[in-house]
Formats: sequence, structure tokens, C-alpha cells
Amino acid sequence: MSNAVAIADARANRTGHQIYAGRARAIIERSLIALRSSTWVPVATGFVEPVLYLLAFGYGMGELIGNVTLGDRAVDYTVFIAPGLLAASAMNGAIYDSTWNVFFKLNESKLYQGMLATPLGPLDVALGEIVWALFRGLSYSIAFMLITAPLGLVPSWGALLAIPAAVLIAFGFASFGMAITSYFKTYQQMGLINIALLPMFLFSGSLYPISVYPDWLELTIKLLPTWHGIELTRDIWFGIIDFSSLSHLSYFLVMIVLGLFFTTRRLRDLFMR
Amino acid sequence: MSETLISARGLTKRYGDFTAVDAIDFDVAKGESFGLLGPNGAGKSTTMRIIAATSQRTSGTITILGRDPEEHGPQIRAHLGVVPQQDNLDTELTVSENLFIYGRYFGLGKKFIRNKIYELLEFAQLEEKRDVKVDTLSGGMKRRLTIARALVSEPDILMLDEPTTGLDPQARHILWDRLFRLKEIGVTLVITTHFMDEAEQLCDRLVVMDKGKIMAEGSPLELIKTHSTKEVLEVRFGSDRNKEIAPSLRAICSRMEELPDRILMYVEDGEALLEEILNRKLHPTTSLVRRSSLEDVFLRLTGRTLIE
Repeated sequence: MSNAVAIADARANRTGHQIYAGRARAIIERSLIALRSSTWVPVATGFVEPVLYLLAFGYGMGELIGNVTLGDRAVDYTVFIAPGLLAASAMNGAIYDSTWNVFFKLNESKLYQGMLATPLGPLDVALGEIVWALFRGLSYSIAFMLITAPLGLVPSWGALLAIPAAVLIAFGFASFGMAITSYFKTYQQMGLINIALLPMFLFSGSLYPISVYPDWLELTIKLLPTWHGIELTRDIWFGIIDFSSLSHLSYFLVMIVLGLFFTTRRLRDLFMR
Repeated sequence: MSETLISARGLTKRYGDFTAVDAIDFDVAKGESFGLLGPNGAGKSTTMRIIAATSQRTSGTITILGRDPEEHGPQIRAHLGVVPQQDNLDTELTVSENLFIYGRYFGLGKKFIRNKIYELLEFAQLEEKRDVKVDTLSGGMKRRLTIARALVSEPDILMLDEPTTGLDPQARHILWDRLFRLKEIGVTLVITTHFMDEAEQLCDRLVVMDKGKIMAEGSPLELIKTHSTKEVLEVRFGSDRNKEIAPSLRAICSRMEELPDRILMYVEDGEALLEEILNRKLHPTTSLVRRSSLEDVFLRLTGRTLIE
């Protein structure tokens, strides 16, 4: 198969061939080419943020706090916040590419319009862009792990499983982030994403257990993806895998599926109606 | 009659209460250069998007290479090269990277595309620009690159939506020359334009569209023959006097169009009519005898000019 028509015809009888050409990797390939010539400054800033929190809160505030009780054991405060910050790294990375970059490609450079004039379908574009955003989340969390391990903040080998968890978290955030972005029309609306993210991160148990809140607030926080991400990573970090860890996992699976569904639908409505 | 590539019957597209395309019929034959001529908002771009399988019709039928775009969107898009009205090149990539990745969107092999890039850069006269970011290109270069990009998949039909809008005269002529070459080698072209000279230059056959409807169809020459006269005499008496003098002109010419700034008189012999006007001591401030164009056809059919 060498020509465009034969390649497209080969898929003609598959279900969903109208929305998926099986080539999300072409979109990832595009991002890789673009990365070669992009500047590294914004890449670095997204990663540095959680590290700064670790230094300021862990080694600064941590000195005043000492230990935190987690279940029936006491852990050093810096160790306590490390997994939450790893989750934050994954979220930051995923959000970076799936929101502002997507907004630019949707509204300024009309990139998706060009892609969808080819045999590619909206799910190829959605999946390709989301997986790319996920890669950034993954690389941020690996880098974070590489910093925390020599500092003695990673309690066991099992904690390395936080990396696959970070992939799931990043996937969920990227998927949802792109879906929301695809419905936004103005820069003001996009600003809301940033405004929402910081408090979501700060108050979702990254720096202290949410049991300090009154019941209603605690329940509200438990609805947020940031809380599920932080809890999931912390469960793995300290090897406390139980039913609640599973609920966090499923939370992200649902988030991934919903995000992909709405992004695909929105792209189709925008460019193929 | 050669093979029909595109065939539309009663093709209609509505957005809410607004009918963008209103029950149009047309056919495009293989190797033909087919034009949709009309002012902005005539429904040309919407028609293009339906052909390109990136917009769904409300009613009617359309087949592209015998297939319905509603069921075979990706397969139809694999046959097409699309040049949209607004450039949507990948501004983060270089010229050759743009061509490369576009081929990848079609699923083409890397080796095939790399070989193709040389050919396309030469065609687009962009060999020296291959490694620069597309931001730095001029408007004409960007258009040529967009056309080259559309050719990477060796399409059966090249769709061009307003290909030279916004370009300076020199860039337009270079672009026309490139498109003419494609026509010569038998690429089927579908072109929308609101420039009558462009339609005359590039189209073998065209439909004149207005308000979603097809007003007339034929070759540029046929359209002029059917809907206009051989020559046109344009006279100006100054915007105040045009109205005043029009009745006396009507006495000597049965077909006239009064525009705000000038009066167009449709005749077989423009010079003779001008002499007659001068004999009657109606002294126009300026006068011009020219051949009829598609602009006159459009004016005749709709009572309006193409560019308003």
C-alpha cells in the first residue's frame, strides 16, 4: 500500500472509520518535529513549579511541622508532600499542551482544520494531541522522581509505580483539558482554566490531609480530579493500595473516556458539519 | 464525454433558517477545470466544503468519484487536495516539514514523501526556502506552499477556494501559471473565485452562483455569448449627470446598466454607438469600448456587480 486512496480504502469497512483513521501517531509525529525547533524555556518552567513547592514547603515549612500522621504511622512532612507534587507535575505537563497549545491550534493557526481535510478523523486528532500532552506529563513526573529519589523522599521500590499512575493522571487531565478547551472561544475563558487549577491543586490535599476541612468541603474536594490524583499517587508512594485506590483509578478512566468523547465530538462539530 | 468525477443534484445546505446552498445541480468531468464564480456569500465555499467531505449537506445528493461523502468521508478526502481560503500552514514547522507531515496525515511512507518533496518544492518555486519557518514566507509563497502541500498525496481532484484573494498582481500571475501547468498535465481543478479574470483564465467551464443558487452554467465564452453582447461601451458623465442623461441614451441602446459611477451600454459595435452619442451632443467625460466579460454576465444575471 503506497498511495493515499489505497490506505484509506483499506479501512473503509471498519466501524468508526469516519472518526478514526488509525493514525493518531501522525499527530504525535507532528508534535515531535515541532518540538525539535521549539524553545525549552516554557518546558522547564512547568516542571520547576512542583520542585519549588517541594523546596519551600518541604524543606522550609517542613522544618516547623516535623511529622504527619498517615493512617497509623508518622511520616516526615517532606516525604508526605512529595507524591502529591509528583501528581502535580503530571497534571502540569498534561495541562500545558492540552489547553493553551490546543487553543492556539484551534483558533489561531487553524491546524486541526488542515488535518481534518485529510483522511484523518477527529478521534485521530484528539487522541494524538492528548497522548502528546500525556508525554509531557510523564516526562515531568519522571524528572520529579529523579530529583526526589536521591533526596531520600522515595520510601520504597514500589513507589516507582507512581510513574504509571502519573501516566493515567496525565492522560485524564490532558483528555479533559482538551475537551474543555475545544468549547472555549475567548482568551478570557481560557484564563479560567489557570484560575481554577491553582486552588484545585493547593486545597486538594497536596500539602496537608483534607480531614482538616468541615464535612461539606471535604466531600466537595473529593469530587475533584486533583484530589484523586494526589491520593492515588500517595497510596502508591506509601504502599497503601486498597479499594479507594481502585476508585481513584476508575475516576481517571472515566475522565479519559469522557474527555476523548467530547473532544472528538467537538472537533467534528467544528470542522466537519 | 469523459468520466464524471463529481455529480450533485438538488444539493442543499441550510444553517438554521439561512439557506447557504439552494438546490444546485452540477457535474465535474475528469481533467476539467471547473469554476464556481460568485460574490462573497454566494455559497461557493460551502459547496466546496461539502465536496471535500468536511461539511454535511442538508438534502439532495452528491457523489465524488461515485461515493457519497456522508458514508465515505475519509476515502473521498484521500482523493482530494484541498487549498482553503485562508492558509492553514503549520507555523511551527519549516516549509519542507509542512509537506512531510501532511503526507504523513495521509498515511504515506516517509521515503515516498521525501522524494516527493523535491518535486513539490521545485513546482512551488520554493527550493531555497525549504528549511525556513513558514511565518517568514510572503503571501504568494504561502499560497504556493499550500498548493504544493495539497499535491503531496497525488490527488485526483485539486480544490482551490479563492486561490489568489489577497495576493498582489505579480504573485497572482505566478500562481495562475502554476495552476495552468497542473491543468495541462490533466489534474482536475475545482476553483471558487469572485474574480472574473481568474475565472476566464483558469476555468474550462463554470457556474455563476448568487445567493446559494446557480444562475448560469457554461464555458466563459459561452456565458458571455449567451448573456452579454460582443462589446461594452462604458460612459461617464459625472455622478450627478449620469441619471439625467440615462433616458436619452436608452433611446439609442436597448440594453444598459446604470452603475453609481458609470453607465454600461451593451452593443455589438461599441465605436459606432459612441459616435452616435457624440453626434447627439451628449458629451461623456470619459468613454471606453471593451469586450464583454464575465463581470457583465454576472451583472446581467443578478443586477449586481461581483465585488461590492
